[in-house]
Amino acid sequence: MMFAAAAAGVIITMVMVLFRSLVGPNIYNRILAVNAFGTLSVMLIAIYGFVDGRPEFLDLAIVYALINFIGTIAVTKYVTFSDMGHGDDGDPMGDI
Amino acid sequence: MNIEIVTSDLLNIATLIFLAVIGIAIARIRNLFAVVMLSGIYSLMGASLYVILDAVDVAFTEAAVGAGASTVLMIGTLALTSSREKAATSPANAIKGLIICTLLGAALIYGSLDMPLYGDPSAPIHHHIVPRYLNDSMAEIAVPNVVTSVLAGYRGFDTMGETFVIFTAAIGVITLIGRKRRRRKTSKDDGGHDS
Repeated sequence: MMFAAAAAGVIITMVMVLFRSLVGPNIYNRILAVNAFGTLSVMLIAIYGFVDGRPEFLDLAIVYALINFIGTIAVTKYVTFSDMGHGDDGDPMGDI
Repeated sequence: MNIEIVTSDLLNIATLIFLAVIGIAIARIRNLFAVVMLSGIYSLMGASLYVILDAVDVAFTEAAVGAGASTVLMIGTLALTSSREKAATSPANAIKGLIICTLLGAALIYGSLDMPLYGDPSAPIHHHIVPRYLNDSMAEIAVPNVVTSVLAGYRGFDTMGETFVIFTAAIGVITLIGRKRRRRKTSKDDGGHDS
């Protein structure tokens, strides 16, 4: 019962996030929507694992959370520099 | 009715509805940055569906390639081109495209009619060599996960060949485009950094 309630909550939140990423007036709404949607699908996989009696899916969900990070970094880099090949200009710290 | 089965069905149906809504939105929206963001969401949702269908390794590839790498590549493409999609020049092209898509979709659905049902125990894939994998892999390979024992044990040479191909491709890409980024200018060495 608890897992059903959690799944319903996650799905309702997903609908709200998806709505914001569809109509979002500016790109920041969409970036945050993608990030939140990634987190929510991590939650969905974890909840599905517990519903199905296979809590090993929790490990899988954690790996998804790591992958979700890469896309967000690339998008924020694009928004900041308008360019993916931003050079380091001799700065020893590079583009960190 | 069992609450777990209802929850499982709820997740399944919600995932499929999300995929349909996102797909239609990708086709309708003209702002390509939003399309790239939505395709990332689509890949995450597809990966969740693969997890629900118990294809965990496929789901992992979908999440890594679809949501991670291809979002990065698409964003890089947007940086080089425009982020607005041009409207179709003539409605005749749109109608031709619609006809081709409908025919292709009908052909794919017709092709899928011959496939065994999902979870059908009499499907051919469950009778060829899978019983031997399931029964004997622990004694023969001694890895608890059957998928891992098939990939790295029974099909070990095949997997090694795939790894060689990917390794060669990575070396080629690094040789072609990965060199100039690491050039350091030593003349501007003023100590410390202010970033």
